[in-house]
Amino acid sequence: MSLSGVSYRHANGHVALRNVDLQIAKGERVALIGPSGAGKTTLLRLLATHLQPSTGAFELLGCQPWALSVGARQKLRSRIGLIHQAPPLPARQRVITAVLAGRLGQWSLGHSLLSLIHPLDKQGATEMLGKLDLADKLYERCDQLSGGQLQRVGIARALYQNPTLMLADEPVSAMDPVLAAYSLSVLSREAANSQATLVASLHSVKLALEHFPRVIAVRDGQILFDKASSTVTSNELDTLYANDQLDAFAPFEPTPGQSLHIPRC
Amino acid sequence: MLNPALPQRDPAARSRLLLTLIALALLWPGLSLSELDLGVLIDGSNAQTMGVFLSGFWPPAHGAEFLFLLGRATLETLAIATAGMAMALALAVPCALLATRSLSISAVSRGGRPRPWAQAVRWPVRGLLIILRSVPEIVWALLFVRAVGLGPTAGVLAIAITYAGMLGKVYAEIFESVDPLPTRALIGAGGSRLQAFAYGVLPQATGEMLSYTVYRWECAIRASVVMGFVGAGGLGQQMDLSIRMFAGGEVASMLLTFLLLVLLADLFSQLLRRRFV
Repeated sequence: MSLSGVSYRHANGHVALRNVDLQIAKGERVALIGPSGAGKTTLLRLLATHLQPSTGAFELLGCQPWALSVGARQKLRSRIGLIHQAPPLPARQRVITAVLAGRLGQWSLGHSLLSLIHPLDKQGATEMLGKLDLADKLYERCDQLSGGQLQRVGIARALYQNPTLMLADEPVSAMDPVLAAYSLSVLSREAANSQATLVASLHSVKLALEHFPRVIAVRDGQILFDKASSTVTSNELDTLYANDQLDAFAPFEPTPGQSLHIPRC
Repeated sequence: MLNPALPQRDPAARSRLLLTLIALALLWPGLSLSELDLGVLIDGSNAQTMGVFLSGFWPPAHGAEFLFLLGRATLETLAIATAGMAMALALAVPCALLATRSLSISAVSRGGRPRPWAQAVRWPVRGLLIILRSVPEIVWALLFVRAVGLGPTAGVLAIAITYAGMLGKVYAEIFESVDPLPTRALIGAGGSRLQAFAYGVLPQATGEMLSYTVYRWECAIRASVVMGFVGAGGLGQQMDLSIRMFAGGEVASMLLTFLLLVLLADLFSQLLRRRFV
């Protein structure tokens, strides 16, 4: 996949990405880091062909997605799995159906309608959920799960899709540190097993450096650095996350000797 | 006060007051245009006429022969409403799928707004739905009574046409009012429109659709009664006869039957909603 000179401007005129050049080889595992609002999500949605670049050339899995017909682009999209930060699952849908929906792009309409009434690949869904320690929730409704469990259902759906390119937008942001590390390792192991490319945005720099050989830092819609994670210095991270506005505020410290009154409602 | 710049007044107050005044200014001419005068109801001779008409309602007719006739007419009314609804659904669901914006593929990459030309393609379908429902069912019934003769067929066709227009429009809007993100995610992962509908829209829209459909079925029962007056079969036709013969007791029995039918429809709707919402 390659981007050269890619920019993206939102409908309201806000420029989310500026002149991005990026090359990612097949099978690579890359982490995207950077402050909130830097353009990580926009970049991922652009890679998932959910957004069309305003300018620049974009090539993906050997073709130019936006030069394709609608049908061919839908076929291409079925090879791309995007894991959302808050997985968009209908509240009343059961977990098994939500996971099986990952393969809709490969299923015929008849097969998918039949599976809606009676889940046809129970084994496949159980296996994927089992990898994320969630097999017991197979027949639960999505609105009965916690945020972290929903995120794992989202990951299971993308794994079940078995895509060539796996994109993840803050896939573990609602999980506790242990579970987050575990889920990320499952994700990168599965990607490596199926020789899929994995690009994940992460808020936790520690997780990014531990689980991904290559790190791309985004700030203000531009790539600040793009290097092997072993060579990232703490100086570079400070520059990446520097926030002039927040620095102006003094950190909150209660005056010693004075008890803090928290009003009760 | 922590922050002296806090707004003192509710910024929405002015526009709300204005809206209230506009609504009143629009309603008043409406009342005078419709020549509504409640005084005539309690005017001496009018009240007496109604009183005489209503006093014939008691006791409701309950002869065996009449009850048999009533049962037949009720079944016919139910059959007209149900068959009409079934035909309306067969037309409304495809039209709603074509007319709704929520299954647009181009909307995925455009923040939920389909391309202008893709939106233009939806307009003919919306236009068709508008034509179907803008002519009242009683007019269709009069037309079909002339075409296919007196009897339930005219009622079924009239309900099918008008209700297809209403159901199609409302379904399309229900599809658009549910959370669009699941649908967009499915289309964005290579699913087709219909797959995205079945896995993204339907689980969220079932309850609303069911409750509106049952409500429309209830309306179809009432409509089939009204159409009976122009000869389209069912309870309406019986009622027309009874009113003409000043058989108040029979009219009362039929009104009680309506009450029962609507009550049943309501219970059925509650049952479905409890299961699906």
